[in-house]
Amino acid sequence: MAFAKIVESFFLKEIVKGMALTFRSMFRPKYTLNYPFEKNPLSTRFRGEHALRRYPNGEERCIACKLCEAACPAMAITIEAEEREDGSRRTTRYDIDMTKCIYCGLCQEACPVDAIVEGPNFEYSTQTKEELYYNKEKLLANGDRWEAQIAKNLEENAKYR
Amino acid sequence: MIEEFISTYGEYLFWTLLHIFVILGVLLVSVAYLTYFERKVMAAMQRRHGPMTVGPFGLLQPLADGLKLLTKETILPTKANKPVFIIAPMLTFFLAIVAWAVIPVDENWVLANINVGILYLFAISSLGVYGIIMAGWASNSRYAFLGGLRSASQMVSYEVSMGLVIVTVLLCVGSLNLQEVVMAERSFLMNILLFPMMIVFLISILAETNRAPFDLPEGESELTGGFMVEYSAMTFALFFLGEYANMILMSAMTVILFMGGWLAPFGISGEWIDWVPGIVWFALKVSAVLFFFIWARASFPRYRYDQLMRLGWKVFLPFTLVWVLVVSGALIATNSLP
Repeated sequence: MAFAKIVESFFLKEIVKGMALTFRSMFRPKYTLNYPFEKNPLSTRFRGEHALRRYPNGEERCIACKLCEAACPAMAITIEAEEREDGSRRTTRYDIDMTKCIYCGLCQEACPVDAIVEGPNFEYSTQTKEELYYNKEKLLANGDRWEAQIAKNLEENAKYR
Repeated sequence: MIEEFISTYGEYLFWTLLHIFVILGVLLVSVAYLTYFERKVMAAMQRRHGPMTVGPFGLLQPLADGLKLLTKETILPTKANKPVFIIAPMLTFFLAIVAWAVIPVDENWVLANINVGILYLFAISSLGVYGIIMAGWASNSRYAFLGGLRSASQMVSYEVSMGLVIVTVLLCVGSLNLQEVVMAERSFLMNILLFPMMIVFLISILAETNRAPFDLPEGESELTGGFMVEYSAMTFALFFLGEYANMILMSAMTVILFMGGWLAPFGISGEWIDWVPGIVWFALKVSAVLFFFIWARASFPRYRYDQLMRLGWKVFLPFTLVWVLVVSGALIATNSLP
């Protein structure tokens, strides 16, 4: 037994085995995703950058019920509301501090009119912190930009809710 | 006086200098692309892509890296011994380059065809440890010092068995001239006898050039870079170039001693193959050995220090000693001592 072991180690059995393994893996497909050029598919429930949605006629959905503000565990949402000229209740201020947000999705769950949603976008890094204090304008712009994808995701998820 | 000098030696001087610059140029480009080759091969073995962004297939990556190192600031630690600190990388680089003077890349394609080529190579490659010790000592840093110490003992240990391997080859070919080593007639028996020595030599040059799995002097996980910790920018680049030039040098040495230098492999010949110039075979063989370097790096974890010493002194040294006897005995028995 001891002799066999010496012979094995002298003929570099383990070494050759190890090297054969690395050599074989050279010709196997690679795992790397060439990120900015290739991307992984995202779940329809992916919780990315926030967006405020509008109705198809251009009216904003948010009715300033402040349920999201109450639900937010990180207290990242600040809402101020007033009556608009036509008598409807709307927000005058809707801020999300993205540096506080933990992307739990509770605001989305709380919203009775599907106004605040977390969209599929995750590439919104910035150079300064200030740029991450989102206001209503920015959130509505996000909504306009990602509406097609968000609507599709919500529709696909509707049957599970 | 000067006119006489130029008229007598001018032509010779010009051609020699030209020769030197050609060698230097080719060597530096090879070193640059060796780093690229290493990154690509390692990546493939770990099932990654490696450099892909700079140029097509990342082919310009070495240039970008070189430019980065050139434009960075060289930091001199306050407590370092400055002259030695600066000389150390220069010495390493110089020694890695100067050894190329005697390497024949094709028949008579050699700068200095001296009769003690192997001794010269062995001496120069042994001096390489000084650059590292000087760096380790002059940095005045614990990590660098430990790296330098490790490297010194490692290189000394493995030089012993390397020396014995070279002795066996010399016994078989009967010359210290590198061209004659390549051209020497080798019988089948001799090839069989020299094969284990080639394995020992290949493993020893891994240790001699401080490459994985014997990269203890650098040991980035425990020594954060060993003797190179305090170096930056150009001084670091010189160490880097020196290390890779040394790898190529050691590969060339293996090719000359064991793989028939610029001759076609396995003694094949004929109309269809003879037109290939010797330098192509030489380059291919050197690349194959370099591939082995990288392959070993991608395959094995780093040795522990005592394991390294045990392998050097308790396995390689007795084995090579016995094998010198076996080979010389076989040579006398078959009456083929040159």
